[in-house]
Amino acid sequence: MTAYIIRRIVLLVPVLAVISAIVFSLMHLIPGDPAQVVLGFENTDPAQLAAVRRDLGLDRPVYVQYGRWLGRILRGDFGTSVRTGRPILTLLAEALPFTVELAIYGVLLAMLLGIPVGVLAGATASRAADGALQTLTLLGLSLPAFWVGAMFILLFSVHLRWFPVLTYPALLEAPWANLRGMFLPALTLAVPNAAAIARMVRASMVAVRREEYVKVARAKGLREALVVRRHMLRNALIPVVTLIGIVTGYLLGGSIVVEQVFAIPGVGRMGLQAIVQRDYPVLQAVVLVVAVLFVLVNLLVDVIYVALDPRIRYA
Amino acid sequence: MRDHPLRATPRGPRRRAGFGRFAARSRKFVVGATILVLITTAALLAPRLAPYPVTEMHVLDRFAPPGGRYVLGTDFFGRDLLSRILFGYRTSLLVAALSVVFAMVLGSALGVVAGYAGGTVDSVLMRAMDILFAFPVLLLAITIVVVLGAGTLSTVLAIGIVYVPIFARIARAPALVVREQAYVEAARALGQRPSWIIARHVLPNVSTPIFVQATINLATAILFESALSFLGLGTQPPYPSLGLMVSEGRNYLELSPWPSVFPGLAIVLAVLGFNLVGDALQEILDPRLRQTWAAAS
Repeated sequence: MTAYIIRRIVLLVPVLAVISAIVFSLMHLIPGDPAQVVLGFENTDPAQLAAVRRDLGLDRPVYVQYGRWLGRILRGDFGTSVRTGRPILTLLAEALPFTVELAIYGVLLAMLLGIPVGVLAGATASRAADGALQTLTLLGLSLPAFWVGAMFILLFSVHLRWFPVLTYPALLEAPWANLRGMFLPALTLAVPNAAAIARMVRASMVAVRREEYVKVARAKGLREALVVRRHMLRNALIPVVTLIGIVTGYLLGGSIVVEQVFAIPGVGRMGLQAIVQRDYPVLQAVVLVVAVLFVLVNLLVDVIYVALDPRIRYA
Repeated sequence: MRDHPLRATPRGPRRRAGFGRFAARSRKFVVGATILVLITTAALLAPRLAPYPVTEMHVLDRFAPPGGRYVLGTDFFGRDLLSRILFGYRTSLLVAALSVVFAMVLGSALGVVAGYAGGTVDSVLMRAMDILFAFPVLLLAITIVVVLGAGTLSTVLAIGIVYVPIFARIARAPALVVREQAYVEAARALGQRPSWIIARHVLPNVSTPIFVQATINLATAILFESALSFLGLGTQPPYPSLGLMVSEGRNYLELSPWPSVFPGLAIVLAVLGFNLVGDALQEILDPRLRQTWAAAS
């Protein structure tokens, strides 16, 4: 197990190197002079341009530039925002907790909604009930998050006034108010993912149902509820772990839309604002951080997967 | 070479008859296909069907409720929502279709070549695909749009590129298997060129999973396009796009919800159509899933 984890972490190095190279080349891919990109397009002071060019080392070979850039990032220096002049690291530190909380909250709600529906659909003997649940989950997969969010705001915040509109106190200062304020955004993120989880659980349950050990459990006269819980569910949920990992990654990216709908000051909104304001160093940092988080989540999921299922052993 | 005795892929007719029989029995397929036919027809005939020009503003009828002169009501500028939704479908379906075709052609080509060639070619191509997978999809698409500049063509390329690795992986697996088959070896022994072997023996074997995946991806491509447009990175105003309409209407939800409600429902309908057909195809074309059903019920 330890050997497997170490091997996976070693394998991570080239992946992270390529990701960082791609993010670095963003500056050069965006049309225009990279120094101008860094400085912002409105600032055309030649002295400042020259300073930025020197600072970026644009006169040096590209691999030297990349090395210097990577060196700074590894020391936590992401540079400063072109618009606000504030260190990007500080901006990230402010925004990241919202995005991470939203993703975790969203995954929890998605599991809470998706797993029972999937178990029900996979365990029921009624073909009609299964069909109805299948249609329901297909509908869930067809909903655009930004629209669901807008409809939630309209229904729950504007009409019913159950939830406050667009207020997000810090989780640690006012936990209850925070969880309440973040509920609708998290639910919006959760809906399509709950549908995906439900479908996966169902398919997995249906597959497990034909296994010998389930037949044995039935044959020895166990109650159906016990067969489902102890023999089917445990095994059926293993592949679901992978999906939950995919979902978590999706949520990190998908929260861009939800953060925008609900005006949550997270990393996604930060990135989007950076695009609008052409604050490309900020955008670079956002893309890098989210991609690295995504890779790390996937690694974590693979490790959990191996730990959960003793039959899988990656030597 | 036209009717080679070593040709191992079964001819179409029998399979197609079987497909038709299964499709007609699948309620999902019938409902989904009906939705898609209606939507596509509406999109194609939009210039004839739309009651008003898409950008025509009726200043006196701002936020008209549904019913009356405007079937689905009007938006902030007094533009007819039905007309805009019909034209919005054109954008959505066009972008979805083009991006999926792009991904399907490029992705399957890469996958088949990787699987058939094996060795270094395979490793290099598939590692490149893995790198694309290392980014969250929406973030990758947004980054591509930023590099290319916002607009419809960039949206097509962004969604297309994001989907390439999916098709590459799906095409590679059967290509790997087919490569080892006796009939491919025989074809090689007869001195057939690799391109001919791929076209004649490998492609027919990968086409079914690719086709199913394409249908499912059409559904997600529509969601993708609408999300990018919603964020202001896709179709640019004043051209109608369903995602952009939801975004514009969002600021006036309290005054009138309809300019957001209807375009959203329109997206759901189209995506549901593709999802129903995709799901049904998966069940019909994948015998394993069919057996699963028989065993489960």
